[in-house]
Amino acid sequence: MDTNLYRRRKFVNKLGLFASMLAMVLGLFVLLWILFILFKNGFAGLSLAIFTESTPAPGSEGGGLANAIVGSLMMVGVSVLISTPIGIFAGVYLAEFGDDNKLASVTRFVTDIMLSAPSIVLGLFVYAVLVAQVKHFSGWAGSLALALIAIPVVLKTTENMLRLVPGSLREAAFALGAPHWKVTNYVTLRAARAGVMTGLLLALARISGETAPLLFTALNNQFFSTNMNAPMANLPVVIFQFAMSPYDNWVSLAWAGALLITLSVLALNIIARVLFRERTAG
Amino acid sequence: MNNQANETPLKNALEVRGLNFFYGKFQGLKNIDLDIAEGKVTAFIGPSGCGKSTLLRALNRMYSLYPGQRAEGQVNFYGENILDPKQDLNMLRARIGMVFQKPTPFPMSIYDNVAFGVRLYENLSKGEMDARVEWALSKAALWGESKDKLNQSGLSLSGGQQQRLCIARSVAVKPSIILFDEPTSALDPISTGKIEELLHELKSDYTVAIVTHNMQQAARVSDFTAFMYLGELMEFGQTDKIFVKPKRKETEDYITGRFG
Repeated sequence: MDTNLYRRRKFVNKLGLFASMLAMVLGLFVLLWILFILFKNGFAGLSLAIFTESTPAPGSEGGGLANAIVGSLMMVGVSVLISTPIGIFAGVYLAEFGDDNKLASVTRFVTDIMLSAPSIVLGLFVYAVLVAQVKHFSGWAGSLALALIAIPVVLKTTENMLRLVPGSLREAAFALGAPHWKVTNYVTLRAARAGVMTGLLLALARISGETAPLLFTALNNQFFSTNMNAPMANLPVVIFQFAMSPYDNWVSLAWAGALLITLSVLALNIIARVLFRERTAG
Repeated sequence: MNNQANETPLKNALEVRGLNFFYGKFQGLKNIDLDIAEGKVTAFIGPSGCGKSTLLRALNRMYSLYPGQRAEGQVNFYGENILDPKQDLNMLRARIGMVFQKPTPFPMSIYDNVAFGVRLYENLSKGEMDARVEWALSKAALWGESKDKLNQSGLSLSGGQQQRLCIARSVAVKPSIILFDEPTSALDPISTGKIEELLHELKSDYTVAIVTHNMQQAARVSDFTAFMYLGELMEFGQTDKIFVKPKRKETEDYITGRFG
């Protein structure tokens, strides 16, 4: 037996283990650092006024984020309303009806591109086709840009989750004489329910932090407004503008906004994980 | 192949004539001729890949779900050729039910699992539906175990119970034929025993065709047995004769365990 060879292998093994541990610690350290800074500054800026007052004018004291929170909720809400049906229907089509057809493979290809398309491009697109045409920024345009980001996410997860449903379940439903749409609606989609919900939540988490597409579309609004046809305040753009401002109260509001977004994305991810675990356990 | 199965005049529920089956270019079944007698249990046996499941799946056109699979020849179901492209597949499958190898309860309550197929073709009142569900679950010997939890998910049942639920689901539609594709190969011996008893009782009302890997099972439950090998029907006849005095060497080798 060549003990030298053995010792060398053991050494390489230790080296590999050490390197991967180091990488993990580094990654974790950065993440914790980010969270630490965020929590420290965010909680310092958090107060009841955040939820009751709107963003302050330059130079004025205090203020909150009420207009941005409501604006974000409204635009994200509308974009979920747009993207959920489109994403789910298209996902169902791809998984259940589009095995061997040109339209489906083109859709699949385009979806993959859309998934990795820079969000600023999608924002620019909505700017060109909507904002530039009607000549003003609006909440609708913001929702549309966010929906364009969410649709491929919902579509892809729906398709993947439906494909995870065993073929035997589909066959069993067909064997009872059920037409295709009933099989899909009552059996396949129901079996994939938790997975599809997870996709929706992940899409929601993804769009709630998007800034670039909103800069071109919803812009921002200093005042409280629920008019979707006018420029609309929203958390990401407020953070973007306030964090780099010279006013202390603006900077602190930006941190509070960042904390709110992070916490809600975190919550969405946790819910999605719990849902998905239930699905795989059931 | 001699078709001397009909010594007593039996009515045929299905008559397979010159059936060839293709998976793309591969031929899975070669010129099959076979009668499935009404009110009897017909078993298909043979080694893996011999085409017994393929044959079963041709009988309710299950293969039509998959492009690239096609059948040629005739399968006459009380005189009507079900391979006809104009055949309404949903209606056909409502009349020729199927139970699969793995239990496949739908992700819904036990009650809804049974009612699902009935709702597709019949408009029953709540009371009638309740009665139908109870009837079907009793037929599948599951009523006693499930009557207090009809609202629970079908997935909460054990494997053997799930398979009986699937049988109840097929029975509930009141088909004329029920096809079983290795219904016990995923089950323990006790559940298997229960399903075999069920097969005995079912044949008083239904025509049954069963694919099985287990020769003892074929011998126990069936009236007629078809032995298949490499996509061909090697021998077909009354189960007693096939198992006691097979005509062909291949059949004898298989049932005595010399291969397969």
